[in-house]
Amino acid sequence: MNYIDNIAFAILLIIGIGFFVKNSKKIVRNIKLGKNIDQSDLPKVRFQNMLKIAFGQSKMVKRPIAGILHIIVYAGFIIINIEVLEIIIDGLFGTHRVFSVLGGFYSFLIGSFEILAFLVLASVIIFWMRRMVLQIPRFWNKEMKGWPKNDAMNILYFEMVLMSLFLLMNATDNHFQNLNIGNPISQYVAILFQESSFTTVNIIERIAWWLHIIGILIFLNYLYYSKHLHILLAFPNTYFANLKPKGQFTNLEAVTNEVKLMMDPSADPYAAPDENAAPPEKFGASDVTDLNWVQLMNAYTCTECGRCTAACPANITGKELSPRAIMMKTRDRLEEVGANIDNNGKFVDDGKQLLNDYITPEEIWACTSCNACVEDCPVNIDPLSIIIDLRRYLVMEQSAAPQELNSMMTNIENNGAPWQYNQMDRLNWKDE
Amino acid sequence: MNVPTMAEMTAQGIQPDVLFWVGCAGSFDDRAKKITKAFVKILNKANVQFAVLGTEESCTGDPAKRAGNEFLFQMQAMTNIEVLNAYEVKKIVTACPHCFNTLKNEYPELGGKYEVLHHTEFLKFLLDEGKITIEGGKFKGKRITFHDPCYLGRANDIYEAPRLLIEKLEAELIEMKRCKTNGLCCGAGGAQMFKDAEKGNKEINVERTEEALETKPNIIATGCPFCNTMITDGIKAKDQEHSVEVMDIAELIANAEDL
Repeated sequence: MNYIDNIAFAILLIIGIGFFVKNSKKIVRNIKLGKNIDQSDLPKVRFQNMLKIAFGQSKMVKRPIAGILHIIVYAGFIIINIEVLEIIIDGLFGTHRVFSVLGGFYSFLIGSFEILAFLVLASVIIFWMRRMVLQIPRFWNKEMKGWPKNDAMNILYFEMVLMSLFLLMNATDNHFQNLNIGNPISQYVAILFQESSFTTVNIIERIAWWLHIIGILIFLNYLYYSKHLHILLAFPNTYFANLKPKGQFTNLEAVTNEVKLMMDPSADPYAAPDENAAPPEKFGASDVTDLNWVQLMNAYTCTECGRCTAACPANITGKELSPRAIMMKTRDRLEEVGANIDNNGKFVDDGKQLLNDYITPEEIWACTSCNACVEDCPVNIDPLSIIIDLRRYLVMEQSAAPQELNSMMTNIENNGAPWQYNQMDRLNWKDE
Repeated sequence: MNVPTMAEMTAQGIQPDVLFWVGCAGSFDDRAKKITKAFVKILNKANVQFAVLGTEESCTGDPAKRAGNEFLFQMQAMTNIEVLNAYEVKKIVTACPHCFNTLKNEYPELGGKYEVLHHTEFLKFLLDEGKITIEGGKFKGKRITFHDPCYLGRANDIYEAPRLLIEKLEAELIEMKRCKTNGLCCGAGGAQMFKDAEKGNKEINVERTEEALETKPNIIATGCPFCNTMITDGIKAKDQEHSVEVMDIAELIANAEDL
C-alpha cells in the first residue's frame, strides 16, 4: 500500500488547522484587550437574536437583492461543508467517496451540493458585477481603496475557484459520472472531457480534488487577514450585542461616583485621598484598549459591506464621517497593538492611538447619533458607541469640544438650558 | 390657559396624574412654544390633571451627554431626579423625543424611575380612553407626511402612535422613501443642533426636506421641536414656506379641534 498521499494529506490538514488555531487565539487575545463589560444577562433573548439575525440572516434581506444572493452563498457555504467532511475522511484513510454507502441519500446530497455550488457560483459572479460593473457606490467609498477592495475581490475569486473545483472534481470522477445520479450540474461539465482518455480524466479529478481541499485550507487561514471573519464572528457578535433601546447610552459609573460625592452635603471637600485608591479612571476612549471587548469584537466582525455608511446622514451629505471607516480603523489599530505585543512580549508605547492617528475629531463631531448605522448593520455592530466614547475623551479629558458646543454646555451649567435664557423665565410661555 | 405647577399643586395637597416635562426648546424656542401651548390646550380640553415644574425644571442633560460631557449630564440628571422624586412624580409626558429618551432610558440607573411617555403616545392614550375625539376638520384630505424623529423611532421603536393620530385626522398619510426604521435624521441630533455642520457638500436638513417635498405634501408633520426647526429651515431654503407647513402632531390635533 502507498500511504504517501494519506500522510501528505494529514500533514496539510495539521498545518492548515494549526495555523488557523494559532491565529484565532491571537484574535481572542486582542479582543480581550478591551475593557470588561457584562453581557451575560438574558441568555435566552441573546440566543434567539443570534438564531434570527446571524443564523437566520433576518437583517440581510432589508436590501432584498444582496440579501437573497447572500443567503444562497451562506447556505452553500454551510451545506457544502458536509462534503468537506467526506473529503477529510477520504484523504486521511485513502477511501473514495466514503459516504456513498448511503446509496440514494448520498446521490441526493451530492446532487443538492452541486445545485448549491452552481447557485453560489452564479451569486458570486453577480456580487462581482455589482462591485465592478454596476459600481454600487457603497463599495467605492474612499475607505474601500487598496487592501479593502482587493480583499473583497480575493474572497469572490476564492469562492469562484472553490465552487468550480468542486464541480470539476465531480465531473471528472468517472465512476461517479457513470452512476449518472446526483450529478445534475457536473454531467454537463463532464461533456467537456468525453474525448479525453480515462487516465487524463483521472489525473484531472485528483488535481481538482487536491486543489479543492488545499484551497479550503488556504481560505480558512486567509480569514485572519480578511474582512471575511464575519462568517465566524457574526454569531458571537449578535449574541453579545446590545439589548437595550438604541437611544440609551451608558451612564459612566466613574462619573456617577464623583457626581454623587460632589452633591453629597456631608462630604468633606478637604479630605485626603485614600492612599490605596486606584488612580482615577480615564474618561472615554482615546485608544482601542479604552474600548470594551464587544466594541473590539465588532471591529473584527465588520465585513465592510457599507450599509451603515450608505444610511449615515453625515456621509450622505459629504461629511468626512463613515461608520464603516470607524470600524475598519478600530480594527487596524487593534491589529497594530496586537502585533506590537507579539513583537515585544507586551505593549510598548508606539506614540500612536486610535484617536487622531486613525480617527479624526472631524469625523466624530459630524455624527448626529441617529442610530441609522446601528439599525442597518446586518450583524448588530454599534459604531455609534465608539464615536461617543471618543467624544467623551475629547470633552472630559481634553476639553476639546467645538467652541459652539462649549457655549451650549456653559449655558446648561449656568442657566439649565442649552441657550442663554434665565431659568426663572422657563414658564413665561404660558402668558405670551 | 391653565398651567398649574407642581409647587402650586403640592401646596393644595393635590398629586397630579401626570407631569408635563416641557423641555428647554418647549420653554424658550419661539416655534416650539407654540407646540407646548397646543399640547396644553389638548390637556385642558381632556381635563387631564397635570402640572409642570416651571422654574424648577432644568435641561435633562441630553445635549451634553451626546456631546460627550457625561459629567454635566449626570449633574443635570441628579439635580432633576432630586426635584422629581421630591414631588413623588410617577408619570411624565413630554413633547420632546430627546427629553423622552433621556428621562425614560438614562435616568432610571441614576435613581429616577418613572413611567415616561412621548406626547404622541399620550395623545393616543387619551383617544383610546375617549377623553379626546379627533375629527378631520380642516385637515380632511390633506396630504401629510410624517418625519420620524430618531430619538422616538429608531432609538425607542415608536413609529405607530404618531401615524395613527394623523390617520384619525382623515388626512392622507404619505410615507417618504426613507421612513420608520430607515428614517433619515433631520441633522439636529447628537448636539448638532448647537453647532455648525462639519464640511460636506450639503446640509442634512436640506437633504431630508427635499425627500419630504417629493411626497408633494401640504404638511410635513413631526413630533420633535428640533426636527421642526431643521425642516422649517429646509423649507425656507427650498422657498416652499408659502406652500408647505411644518407642524407638530399636537398642533395638528389642537388645530383640528379649533382649540
